[in-house]
Amino acid sequence: MVMGEQTLETDLAVIGGGPGGYAAAFRAADLGFDVALINQEERLGGVCLLRGCIPTKVLLEVANLIHDAREARSWGLNYGELTINIDALRERKNLVIDRLVNGLGRLADQRDVQVLQARAVFEASDQVRLQGPAEVAHVTYDHAILASGSTPIPLPGTEFVEGSRIMSSKGALSLPDIPESLLVVGAGYNGVELGSAYAVMGSQVTMVEMADEILPGVDRDLVRHLRRRLRRIYHAIHLNTTVASMEEHEDGVTVTLKGDVDEPERTFDRVLVAIGRRPNSQELGLENTGVQLDEDGFVVVDEQRRTDDERIFAVGDVIGGPMLAHKAMRDGKTAADVIAGEPAAFDVRCIPEVIYTDPQIAWCGLTEREAAEQGRDIGLGSFPWTASGRALAMGETSGLTKIVLDAETERVLGVGIVGRGADNLIAEGALAVEMGAVAQDLALTIHPHPTLAETEAEAAEAFLGLATHIISSRE
Amino acid sequence: MARTFKLPDLGEGIHEGEIIDVLVSVGDQIEEGDDILVVETDKAAVDIPSPYTGEVTGIAVEPGDMVNVGDTIMTFSGGEEEPEVEEQAEAAEEAVEAPSEPEGAPGEGAEEAKPREAPAEREGPVPAAPSTRRLARELEVDLRQVPPSGPAGRVTSEDVRAFAEREEEEKAPPERPEKAPARAPLEIPEVIPRGRVPSLPDFARWGEVERVPLRSVRRATAKQMALSWSQIPHVNHQDKADITELERFRQRHKGRVEEQGGKLTPTVFAMKAVVAALKEHPRFNASLDPESEEIILKQYYHLGIAVDTDRGLLVPVIRDVDRKSITELSIELYEIVQRTRSGEASLDELQGGSFTITNIGILGGTGFFPIINFPEVAILGMARARWEPRVQRDDEGAFETEPRYMLPLMLAFDHRVVDGADAARFMGVVKDALESPGSLLLMM
Repeated sequence: MVMGEQTLETDLAVIGGGPGGYAAAFRAADLGFDVALINQEERLGGVCLLRGCIPTKVLLEVANLIHDAREARSWGLNYGELTINIDALRERKNLVIDRLVNGLGRLADQRDVQVLQARAVFEASDQVRLQGPAEVAHVTYDHAILASGSTPIPLPGTEFVEGSRIMSSKGALSLPDIPESLLVVGAGYNGVELGSAYAVMGSQVTMVEMADEILPGVDRDLVRHLRRRLRRIYHAIHLNTTVASMEEHEDGVTVTLKGDVDEPERTFDRVLVAIGRRPNSQELGLENTGVQLDEDGFVVVDEQRRTDDERIFAVGDVIGGPMLAHKAMRDGKTAADVIAGEPAAFDVRCIPEVIYTDPQIAWCGLTEREAAEQGRDIGLGSFPWTASGRALAMGETSGLTKIVLDAETERVLGVGIVGRGADNLIAEGALAVEMGAVAQDLALTIHPHPTLAETEAEAAEAFLGLATHIISSRE
Repeated sequence: MARTFKLPDLGEGIHEGEIIDVLVSVGDQIEEGDDILVVETDKAAVDIPSPYTGEVTGIAVEPGDMVNVGDTIMTFSGGEEEPEVEEQAEAAEEAVEAPSEPEGAPGEGAEEAKPREAPAEREGPVPAAPSTRRLARELEVDLRQVPPSGPAGRVTSEDVRAFAEREEEEKAPPERPEKAPARAPLEIPEVIPRGRVPSLPDFARWGEVERVPLRSVRRATAKQMALSWSQIPHVNHQDKADITELERFRQRHKGRVEEQGGKLTPTVFAMKAVVAALKEHPRFNASLDPESEEIILKQYYHLGIAVDTDRGLLVPVIRDVDRKSITELSIELYEIVQRTRSGEASLDELQGGSFTITNIGILGGTGFFPIINFPEVAILGMARARWEPRVQRDDEGAFETEPRYMLPLMLAFDHRVVDGADAARFMGVVKDALESPGSLLLMM
């Protein structure tokens, strides 16, 4: 131990400044705790804000604008030829991030949350050692909340290198340029989102996927609408295909593909690897605590987000489940509430998921596919957007709103939506699932006309055999 | 990983019990299947085995506590993971193998998260708003036990509050009698149907009192009797059977039965006589379903026998009495009475009866009015048999008196299901059987 090393004592140490961590820290501070928020990076916000959800939404808006401007030609609006200033675009993206990061900093200050920039390593159940710019060397605490997040997985035998042409989502979102050709490895939501943003901005995008479908696990009738669009804007989609090898050279990456391809060896300007994320649970000194990991490296927690070490809670990506910011935030608030003695638990009935493409896919609760796998007796109410006046006016008729209900009680178990604005529409579905609403509740709630939200009421009516704007047949 | 052991379902309709004994201490290494506690339910003492292998890290109960199904009893650490968790881990593994699991892994992620939360989820979550679920946690109410008032079984916050209040009142009823609550009458009567009875006076004004909690068998009996008395319109029918011959027969054979490990008591004969009557009058071997307006006729003859024990009244059930010989019944009855008295009778042995016999003869009495064991239709009471003079006329018309051994019989029946004439006929069959041991002899 070095002389003069400072030790900070606090009620609660939160490790990680992403959505799970800052939500936990803020909630605990609001409940009267003395909180230290230890964040490895210079800025708060984590992957979500710095190189995830928020920057992808900036790109999504760009893609939407480009798409709309093109569509508008057939409506009689012509904006002329598109030019993209990538530097200005990057600047705007950074501006959005800066404003949000600064906002978080102010919120932390106003709550007297002490933000320490350092990497935290557990020395014992009640103490971490800090490595990094923070002046404090150790923090001792009554409780800790671990919110260390996750990291993109590189292809086997490779790793991501800063500035390389082989990029993770982080590299792709730093917007180095708009590559002429881009290979996207993995047709999960990250690959589909970033791939389609680059495609609309002008890259020739090729996507490979190991499975026999894009967005594996998502209901096919929802994916169908997106697949139609992707076929149009992508150069190629190869299913049942993997990357056998990659070699980076000065002006491109030569890739050998294995699977359903005619021409296995090709060169791309850039490669985006989006095959998943793994929990950041290593090199944290967890062996010095009672915290247990499962075989995939996720921290094991209970409904209260308590680990096997009674002082330590864990939230967000590092505990597994859907690696989503909104799930992490609920985790974080739950843990803080529990530490404060509140009767909190992570007992949600659904975690909405959104694929931010154009059209978007969003769902919550039970999917049709899960119901089939469980052999569960369900009812369905579907409303195609071709029957929605508003969708037609918007030129966005490629869409579908679908409600999964319990066949017997007519209770809403899940909602799936594909189409522009599905991200906002799904919130009503999530509320219905959480509240235990039945088909009639949705059907009898007046939805403003003409809106896309109406499709949720009409889907419920369709299930009841009473939809106004389509001829219902109960499936 | 720490695992919580909650009181499991103890069997049909049993939601609570009293902790009689905790067989382990914190720090003990337990193997799955080792008995860790003894819980006395309404009906029997049950040994509860551990579902886990591991170290006991915490014990949340002590002898004397009343616990409900779902209450946390103990925590364990170490050992293997729960089977559910293993299954989930497998499921998660499969999910990961599915090729491109992107950031956030839509789909699989959700599947992985759900089972991780709560194994109870399997039975399907109770529909209730998030705020209601939180309220339930706050009031420590198990949502599954709350009768829902909303559509499609939805539980509202009001339901949870009402349930919690009821629970509270049940737990500590007459602590402050002046506060005796006026509350909505329940469908099923409580131990004491509060709300309809005036509050108790403060007895301490007149002298010292002691309050003894209504627990376990006493509480169950109180509940069951209140239920039966309030639901069933009882009618009583009495008669006396001349068992002079039967008693002779019994004395002759009881030694032989004893050698085989049984005890030939009048109850054993009564069981056979009752089965004969039930066969002729099946509506006495029935239950009334007022909701569907049906009488449920039972095609089996399982007789409950009321047994006085240190803990109170228990009713073990002897199954298929019609298919067993007098000797077999003598042995079985003797054994089950012993087991019931020592608290070793299993829950299974204490339920499923279709008719009950209660014999208090050994304790004396000339008669009593038994209460039907709900939801049965009738109960036969036996008081002490006595020598009585029988007066009859001989062939010449002269009165003659003869001592006869007479058994008083009392039949209480549910007048919704059967009538007084039925009862008289039923009793006639019982009486005939007991008065002619020759017929019973055939059943040895």
